[in-house]
Amino acid sequence: MTVSLSLCLIISAALFSIGLLAALSRRHAIFILIGIELMLAAANLNFIAFWRFGPDPQNPTGVMVAIFSIAIAAAEAAVGLALVIAVYRHYRTTNVRRFNQLKG
Amino acid sequence: MSTIAFIVIAIFTLAGALAAACLRKLIHAALCLVVAFLGLAAFYFLLGAEFVGLVQVFVYVGAVAVLIVFTILLTRRVDEDTGGINWAGAAVAAIVFGGLAWAIYRTPSLAISSSPIEALTVKQIGETLMTSYVWPLQCVGVLLTAALIGALVLVMEERR
Repeated sequence: MTVSLSLCLIISAALFSIGLLAALSRRHAIFILIGIELMLAAANLNFIAFWRFGPDPQNPTGVMVAIFSIAIAAAEAAVGLALVIAVYRHYRTTNVRRFNQLKG
Repeated sequence: MSTIAFIVIAIFTLAGALAAACLRKLIHAALCLVVAFLGLAAFYFLLGAEFVGLVQVFVYVGAVAVLIVFTILLTRRVDEDTGGINWAGAAVAAIVFGGLAWAIYRTPSLAISSSPIEALTVKQIGETLMTSYVWPLQCVGVLLTAALIGALVLVMEERR
């Protein structure tokens, strides 16, 4: 068995599903952010895999998209964690079930 | 490209990610997230994208993981229960993985193996970044500046 594109994609799909699991099934805001980071990282792995196994690996489009995606993930993490701290100051908790002030 | 190394790194990465998603203690989850990110960087090295692997280590392990740990320490309370797994969410994640794996398995054109290529040099990446991708680069710069200023504004103490 050699490393093929489908093996990379399976690993990436597993990573995405684990991120989805963390984002959907935990009640803690930081776990939800961890899940989102994992999903973005899985997308990056897909970009790199398609670039590597694609017809023209000398053209660095996949690498460029992955680099920009990492930069955007860093910005997202900074704003998301700042939001967690701001909400914590207000509610004194990070459990997302308690954030119910806008609930109808 | 060594298949055994690939499988071992895959197991490490997925185990770290699963631990980061399922552990009860937040700080342990953050440290397992570091393991998962390092495994991903090893993937990038194996796939021939050394620069992206280095950027992954710098940005994710050096910045994002440290930011997550700082946030955990700033928002920690002793009596707080992080709660267990909500099984409906786990079922949705399993269904999504099943669908994706089925689609990948059923697509015959994805079963291609790698051909040896010479690695992409940093010089090449820099030239491409400064010629064809100069507008996206500027936009990402503006986005990062705006995001960091926004994060500062969000966490600033309100003065009365």
